[in-house]
Amino acid sequence: MGLSAVTVLGVDRPGVIAAVTGSLADCGANIQDSTMTLLGGHVAMMLLVSGELDPAELMKRVGAPDLVVTASAIETRRHFCAEGDGLGYVLTVHGPDRPGIISAISAVLAADGGNITGMSTRLTGRLYVLIADVELPKQVDVAALMRRLAAVGSTLDSDITFRPVEPDLL
Amino acid sequence: MTGPGGTAREVLGAPHPLLSAVAEPVDPTAPEVVAAAADLLATLRRAPATTGLAAPQIGLSLRLIAFDARRHPRSRSWAGELVVANPRLAGAAHWDDGREGCASITGLTADVRRATRITVHGHLPGTGEDVTIEADAIEARCIQHQLDHLDGLLFLDRVPGVLSLHRRLHTCDA
Repeated sequence: MGLSAVTVLGVDRPGVIAAVTGSLADCGANIQDSTMTLLGGHVAMMLLVSGELDPAELMKRVGAPDLVVTASAIETRRHFCAEGDGLGYVLTVHGPDRPGIISAISAVLAADGGNITGMSTRLTGRLYVLIADVELPKQVDVAALMRRLAAVGSTLDSDITFRPVEPDLL
Repeated sequence: MTGPGGTAREVLGAPHPLLSAVAEPVDPTAPEVVAAAADLLATLRRAPATTGLAAPQIGLSLRLIAFDARRHPRSRSWAGELVVANPRLAGAAHWDDGREGCASITGLTADVRRATRITVHGHLPGTGEDVTIEADAIEARCIQHQLDHLDGLLFLDRVPGVLSLHRRLHTCDA
């Protein structure tokens, strides 16, 4: 039983998800993790599937004329469900759209060993919005990092907030 | 409450810099503040799908908010149509997640944690009379959203994570 990472990209229309997941079910592939979103009118899916088929065969089975499908084998699931030893933060950025926002912000985080574990960006009108889940090593000087983020934000004319994730254990 | 005769103004869209600025306290009895309050109310009345507005949204960096939650389907109780000067949050309890949008942000909504029961103190424009509002449900959410505007914050600043941001599929709540 192998693991494969499958990506699917195509013009959004009713039935795309049904077609892709139906193809996978027909060939005995089990979807373990998945995410799907719309990017500019295109459906984008990322799937982690397990099954007996190799990636090349999976691509054939899932493929359709209007879909771009890739599949690659994954040897192990690193850190799967592992308890992270970092601290969780939420980063929000909003301001006028311009090239280089993600690279500038992510470079600041990376310099301190910050790991972006989820990110969503949206352009709505003139407003560019970035929301990211970030895991920081415990030893990071968060106040100093926030100052660096604010400095980068000012060069981008963007407002940045960076705050701890609220605990959701009840 | 303000007198009649306000003029509806354009609602500024993010990323306008006024929406990121901290608004100035006001003298609620000053004629220009009364006029601003009337304009804010006139703008709110012109947008029936909008439950509240803050003065920075109409280009005035003043600590004024207007709201009217009577028609909102998720209202429980309501104070009616009201403009409040220098509002400040005096009490907040019973926090809950809820989806909200903003008249200044087209196309996006987010799940934001807000208190569902709040107490707000402020002044009525014109007379300057002290006013205390006990709000709940969507009215409480709306007022907190407007208070954030006075501090230069958008609901985007309170999004709890990546998966809480959504495309807007309906009219805004706040």
